[in-house]
Amino acid sequence: MLEIRDLRASAGDKEILKGINLTVNPGEVHAVMGPNGSGKSTLAQVLAGHPAYEVTSGSVLYEGRDLLDLEPEERAQAGVFLAFQYPVEIPGVTNAYFLRAAYNEIRKARGEEEIDSMDFVDLLEEKLKVVDWGPEIMSRAVNSGFSGGEKKRNEILQLAVLEPRLAILDETDSGLDIDALRIVAAGVNTLRSQDRSFIVVTHYQRLLNYIVPDFVHVLSNGRIAMSGGRDLALELEARGYEWVDAAATAASGAGA
Amino acid sequence: MSEAVLQDLELKAGAAIAEGPEWLEPLRRAAAARFGAVGFPSSRDEEWRFTPIAPIAQRIWRPAPGEPAALRLEQLNPFIFGHPEWTTLVFVDGAYSDPLSRVPVLPSGVKVGSLAEALRENGGLLPEHLTRHAPADGSPFTALNTAAFRDGGLLHVPAGLDLECPVHFVFVTTSAAEGTAIHPRNLIVVERGARASVIESYVTLAPESAYWTNAVSEVSAAEGSWLEHTRIQRESERAYHVGLSHVDQRRDSHYRSFSMAMGGALARHNLHVRLNDENIETLMYGLYITRGEQVVDNHTAIYHDQPNCRSWEVYKGVLDGRSRAVFNGKVFVQPEAQKTDAKQTNRNLLLSDGAKVDTKPQLEIFADDVRCTHGATVGRLDDVALFYARSRGVPHAEAERLLIYAFAAEVIEEVALEPVRLELDRLVLERLEAQRG
Repeated sequence: MLEIRDLRASAGDKEILKGINLTVNPGEVHAVMGPNGSGKSTLAQVLAGHPAYEVTSGSVLYEGRDLLDLEPEERAQAGVFLAFQYPVEIPGVTNAYFLRAAYNEIRKARGEEEIDSMDFVDLLEEKLKVVDWGPEIMSRAVNSGFSGGEKKRNEILQLAVLEPRLAILDETDSGLDIDALRIVAAGVNTLRSQDRSFIVVTHYQRLLNYIVPDFVHVLSNGRIAMSGGRDLALELEARGYEWVDAAATAASGAGA
Repeated sequence: MSEAVLQDLELKAGAAIAEGPEWLEPLRRAAAARFGAVGFPSSRDEEWRFTPIAPIAQRIWRPAPGEPAALRLEQLNPFIFGHPEWTTLVFVDGAYSDPLSRVPVLPSGVKVGSLAEALRENGGLLPEHLTRHAPADGSPFTALNTAAFRDGGLLHVPAGLDLECPVHFVFVTTSAAEGTAIHPRNLIVVERGARASVIESYVTLAPESAYWTNAVSEVSAAEGSWLEHTRIQRESERAYHVGLSHVDQRRDSHYRSFSMAMGGALARHNLHVRLNDENIETLMYGLYITRGEQVVDNHTAIYHDQPNCRSWEVYKGVLDGRSRAVFNGKVFVQPEAQKTDAKQTNRNLLLSDGAKVDTKPQLEIFADDVRCTHGATVGRLDDVALFYARSRGVPHAEAERLLIYAFAAEVIEEVALEPVRLELDRLVLERLEAQRG
């Protein structure tokens, strides 16, 4: 589904991703961990096409297409979804209006009929259950005045409605209390399926108690320093990120 | 008054002194003299510094045709909204058109109709209010209007009555207005404890024509009254528009204004609200959407003369092309006006490099126990918000429109009357479609 090869990306003059290699197969959940500044959020944003980053080399194949060649909206239409670390507030537009606009754009791109607001209400009723919400939230302006937890829940609601093939969660756990974390994680778990893959970017292992990954990768200084199964996350929690750096240095020293 | 002044008025301002009942004559003459003495403001006048009115002042305007051009009702469809039972007064090139207007049966005591007609009947209400709220010694444009107005909308809601049926004054121009000056005069009096919603629309069937509207609205909101007053300015983009709304509020009254400006080569709206008593609430909202070479100017002034009043003001602008906007918001808080709560916000969204805004809040506060804040911003579309919408599948151009709409909708939401809200929404979306479709 996704093949990232030697991906390098910069923000301004600063190189942040320094050669990422990662393969994600359908249905897999990959956790990307790493200390602050390691490049994990950049990776998430580069995959979604954030204009602040420039890809300087490498390739990303998504379902056989060159992902980097697509505009952000084309990526979304092709089934890529990024749950933002800091979801954007859009006062003046209701959640329902925004989400229906997005949903219809994606349908249009797939050559499907747009749906009217009545049918959309029916669809929403189902999807709201994923994040344990009532319909009131839909008449509020997008993320406007939402608490941190509400914003993250809203991202998962969007995920549920837009049904991407590849969902990237960028620190969805940051700023959540334990109850909100449970709701968000439960939402993600109901959305797991054989043909939907997840990249879960997180600083803490805590989230991975709820969203159990198939693979864990640790980023350090713009590269994947270590990969493993879910046990790697537990080991990280016990030993800290310094341990990864040390191990990575030792490994590269041994290889030289 | 010298003949020269009169001639000057007639020639330059298309404003022959209009006739009126006996009590009005001296007021009209004094106003004409006042205009004769001060003339059009110059760019040295602080009030008009950013607003180049030379195109109005240097042109010779003919008086508007006295008779309304014959229009078919369907021609007004683009400007009419709400429900069929609303009261609609239609003025074609400044003159009241009875066949185009629609006045349903209203509760007894409500007076609504053409001001000219009311002046002919010369009822008791008019001397008490007309010219009393908009002083002719204020702006020269008000003086000119007072000297020259012929007609406009009149609404009088008697004490205690909730006029559920909104009233819409529609000033529409036709190609016959080319080269003429129109001086509409509106009077809205809402008595003690009464409620009403009034909409003024300035629209055109001749989008290529150059004419000049110089409108004055006087509003009296008595004790405990509630009034929503919406103004929709969609003049020809070759036309000139100067509008002044003067509002007097009494104790416990609630006045909310929404001023929408989309038209005019040069358009200026002054909104002056005087809080004459305690416990008054005033909400002033505005939205201007400009393109091309348009210059749109909003000046507001709120006079907190008495304690325990609240005023809340939000004006927003969306500017494209090489257009320019001016915002000047004055808040005067007199020494007696303790516990005043005043907030003023002006936010501007620039869509092009050529667009420009001059924004100037002016707070003059002479009381010490008050809460007064103001803020002005000028910005562009937020890249992160744009990316957010695009990352959800919304194409770039559509995402831009969505965010511009959102910016405008945030202030439109404040309109109480739903059909007005929907109409303003529609106008924004229509403009976005035309401009960035």
